[in-house]
Amino acid sequence: MDFFDILVSILGSTIRLSVPLVFTALAGLFSERAGVFDIGLEGKMLAAAFSAACVAYITASPWLGLVAGIGVSVAFSLLHGFASITNRGNQIVSGVAINFVVAGLTIVLGQAWFGQGGRTPQLLPQGRFSPIILPGVEALRGIPVIGPLYANVISGNNILTYMAFLAVPISWWILYRTRFGLRLRAVGENPGAVDTAGISVTWLRYRAVICAGILCGFSGTYLAVAQSAAFIKDMSAGKGYIALAALIFAKWKPVPVMFACLLFGFLDAFANFMQGKSVPLIGEVPVQIFQALPYVLTCILLAGFIGVANPPKAGGVPYTKER
Amino acid sequence: MNTASLPLPGWITFGLIPLINLVLAFFFSGLVVWFIGENPFDALALMLEGALGSGEGIGFTLYFATNFIFTGLSVAVAIHAGLFNIGSEGQAYVGGLGAALVALSLDHYVPWYVTMPFAILGAALFGAGWAFIPAFLQAKRGSHIVITTIMFNFIGAALMVYLLVNVLIVPGKMAPETRTFLEGGQLPKLDWLMALFGLKLGPAPFNVSFLVALVMCVVVWALIWRTKLGYEMRTLGVSPSAAVYAGIPYARTVIIAMLISGGLAGMMALNPVLGSSGRLQVEFVGGAGFVGIAVSLMGRNHPAGIILAAILFGILYQGGDWVSFEMPNITREMIVVIQGLVILFAGALEYMARPALARLYYSMARKA
Repeated sequence: MDFFDILVSILGSTIRLSVPLVFTALAGLFSERAGVFDIGLEGKMLAAAFSAACVAYITASPWLGLVAGIGVSVAFSLLHGFASITNRGNQIVSGVAINFVVAGLTIVLGQAWFGQGGRTPQLLPQGRFSPIILPGVEALRGIPVIGPLYANVISGNNILTYMAFLAVPISWWILYRTRFGLRLRAVGENPGAVDTAGISVTWLRYRAVICAGILCGFSGTYLAVAQSAAFIKDMSAGKGYIALAALIFAKWKPVPVMFACLLFGFLDAFANFMQGKSVPLIGEVPVQIFQALPYVLTCILLAGFIGVANPPKAGGVPYTKER
Repeated sequence: MNTASLPLPGWITFGLIPLINLVLAFFFSGLVVWFIGENPFDALALMLEGALGSGEGIGFTLYFATNFIFTGLSVAVAIHAGLFNIGSEGQAYVGGLGAALVALSLDHYVPWYVTMPFAILGAALFGAGWAFIPAFLQAKRGSHIVITTIMFNFIGAALMVYLLVNVLIVPGKMAPETRTFLEGGQLPKLDWLMALFGLKLGPAPFNVSFLVALVMCVVVWALIWRTKLGYEMRTLGVSPSAAVYAGIPYARTVIIAMLISGGLAGMMALNPVLGSSGRLQVEFVGGAGFVGIAVSLMGRNHPAGIILAAILFGILYQGGDWVSFEMPNITREMIVVIQGLVILFAGALEYMARPALARLYYSMARKA
């Protein structure tokens, strides 16, 4: 295989591996820009993956799976909101709790319903989102560089992949060009000012966590119904935390979020490719280095060596209305 | 009416509210069991029988509890200083490296009671070391400790897998683990302690680490409530700005609190590594660091409460194994659900019942 073919295959898997990160990091973006920290991204993604796989298996419809994934994920978002907005509980503790409840519940219910050790049964092809071949693949195939890139990286992905990359400009537009977005960002910086303007801090923050729930629903569904063909226990495997790292790495801004996710997705794809191969002079590079790299990079960023990452000012602080 | 500022007597704040939260957590756990078609009361009876019905069961329960006492103390010390250390899991994992290196280098030459103090020190040093960078970043760079400790859990896991697979592995073996320590590197079991109560320990790995854990409870209690450092940490925990105004050095106190927290988490490694398996294995922590969060929250961050909560979680872990054996429909992961619900109700929804109770209490007080 020559260098270009390798590059195309790594780029193709970079796209596929960054999709759940993009959805999840955007979910975190909505929640955290409104001042609600969300450690529970991982749990919501896992819950969505499980419910999407169950419903897609029973109904043989990936779209109903998606609806179920979003529904369950939003339910957990509302729980997070109830704990951290209504009851002014600790947002981090609430997120941690959700992660544990989901990690356990998906396996307990999966085992009780399907008896396959926490897995859901394999989905039939019609129960999944299948790859879409974009028009013009054949016409462009002959052209060097562009042809293979178009055929293997741009085309041939499932619908959720395109939705993920579409979600980036939409999120940007919502956050920076709508009244809701302006208020959402304001409530994350200075909820007191928003309250003074006569806008409900509580309702705004609830809407923000609902947005986060919807996006986590997409990412979980992607994992179970598009990337794989079943729910496997702990299938989110820390992706929620990588997405959180990407969100911080991107300094809580939508378009950089996409690039951070692509970078972390690329590291993942590159690690898969490097497994068992040796580099001249260095020898075999341990795969753990690539696994740790997103976290190491984020810590270096947080240390202030790659610009300054300023989180939303009111993040993590429950708002108490004065009376 | 805003009830948040109304004072309530101690028996409500420290007795009734935690009890209500715990009952709610177990009520919802029971609902899950009922939902999957088993009888929650049968499951509870089985759980208690498995955890407390025999000397062996009690031995396992206390073995698990030992882990949770260490990690619970670790989380609690950080919380007193206003820091949420989610990284106990990683600190314990890396602490295991410290303990194992001591055991590997000393077990040929000296008996266990010489190895143990060095192993405690090694585990604590490595655990504290793993907490140092997040602590430093929080203190000097203002990066959020929650985020950095999460990152360090993952970095620690990658590091340990690398070391076990490529460096510490016994040449020619497939399993990523160190060699089994000789007798000089293994902690003795506490069968004599069980025998005092007329119980037989059997194969349960209940060992001397339990006593170390109890000593640490006293040490932490003295540190938090009887020393200047503890006072400074608590002040910082209540109000960082007030602490700085009072001349308490912010950066120093944050770093010291995190080092102590990491050290306590690291010491947890003694129990599984030197006390049970006699070697360092991949993922030997097995989530105990996260259970520490639940234990600390439930024990109201007080060593006495932490011991009780740790034993409760010990019962859940040991009894949970028993239940999943007897009722195949309920898998072992039910424990994780219960753990999550405890964190939810005792932690995040801590004050859910407070407004109603405050109103009830004051209306009763007015009538009386």
